Amino acid sequence: MMSFSLWDIVRNLLIGGALTLLLSLVAFVLGGATGLLVLLARIGKWRAPRALAQMHIELFQGTPLLLQLFTLFFGLSLFGLDVPAWLAAGLGLTLFTSAFLAEIWRGCVEAVPRGQWEASSCLAMTYWEQMRHVILPQAMRLSIAPTVGFAVQVVKGTAVTSIIGFAELTKTGSMIANATYQPFLVYSLVALGYFILCYPLSHYAQSLERKLHAAR
Amino acid sequence: MPLVSTNRLHKFFGKNHVLRGIKLDVEEGEVVTIVGRSGSGKSTLLRTLNGLESIDDGIIEVDGAKLEVDCADAASLRALRLKVGMVFQQFNLFPHLSAGQNVMLAPQVVKGTAKNETEDIARRMLERVGLAEKFDAFPDQLSGGQQQRVAIARALAMSPKVLLCDEITSALDPELVNEVLGVVRQLASEGMTLIMVTHEMRFAREVSDKLVFMHEGKIHESGDPQAMFARPETPEFASFIGSLN
Repeated sequence: MMSFSLWDIVRNLLIGGALTLLLSLVAFVLGGATGLLVLLARIGKWRAPRALAQMHIELFQGTPLLLQLFTLFFGLSLFGLDVPAWLAAGLGLTLFTSAFLAEIWRGCVEAVPRGQWEASSCLAMTYWEQMRHVILPQAMRLSIAPTVGFAVQVVKGTAVTSIIGFAELTKTGSMIANATYQPFLVYSLVALGYFILCYPLSHYAQSLERKLHAAR
Repeated sequence: MPLVSTNRLHKFFGKNHVLRGIKLDVEEGEVVTIVGRSGSGKSTLLRTLNGLESIDDGIIEVDGAKLEVDCADAASLRALRLKVGMVFQQFNLFPHLSAGQNVMLAPQVVKGTAKNETEDIARRMLERVGLAEKFDAFPDQLSGGQQQRVAIARALAMSPKVLLCDEITSALDPELVNEVLGVVRQLASEGMTLIMVTHEMRFAREVSDKLVFMHEGKIHESGDPQAMFARPETPEFASFIGSLN
């Protein structure tokens, strides 16, 4: 029987952890970009994009992330599309993130006082000029803390992609646990890994919240 | 030809008929004050004049820019708003921009004026309201009176033909009211066309060329403020000025 040193376990978990971090970053950056488009459609004046955005948000907020991943991973292969696990994971988390960020940001846009719209209207600005120069800069400020807070959810959400076989931190952990017969040790290390990724983020979100509230 | 004219202006909030056929003419250089009890429609009237409130019937014309009930599209709204500036009770400065940037933004974005030119405009306008040294201050570093003067400078930077003032001293601490009224008085003496809603009756009497008393969505009585205060023609206006003292 093979034996594993603690370093063997940690070394492999580090590789899984790196993939978790990469997947989180991809989901967050692409999800943020998509979320911005969904947001603009959702709060815009045109009816069809608004309805589409609303459907997108309700669909991805109203179903479990796990089933979204299953649908992408197994569903698309029914149509003859061979979707590798990393693609399904990245795509699924991106869509999931975009729906939540769009909704978080919509709250921030709506939190900008009505007087700001009125004052900029009075100066003859168009809708997009108001958005770009008056509303979004203020909404962005409001959104920093909840957005960073949601980033924590994204990091933890990546664990679900282990089910479709993407070898991130959780998947790596379960493979090592099976090989070493030391599930408690391995899963504790996995949990520690998530904590190391998430703690600075949630701490940062809290300090941002304090700072931005003090500044208002 | 008056600079501002409205005719047959009607406005409903749901079933509430707040403006009931307003006809108001304002000449260039005239200072008009609208007074009335709360709910009489005075603020609503002011806010229809630059399209912040839509109208349900009638016509608004400011220096050739026309807004009719059936053609209130974005282009005619914009044309109207280029002629009409507005200052609010709550200042509504842009909190993420400095005083100078607040004043520069609209000329830059809306009129496409070059940045160094808008900076000149902003410095001139802030000087006009006595705040030249506050160019780089942010709104939350300014007193209410200073914020309101920046708001006036911001409106003036678009060189409007007429300035609407919606209870602009009502949110201020009493000791800050005069610095704002001083700026308005100075604008009036420079020949700026002003339409204001205010509760400062002494000030209204002093600077206004015309006083308009609104009651139940209509212009109930209007004319020379001194004469109106001395000899109110309608019992409603008499009771209104009676309730002030």
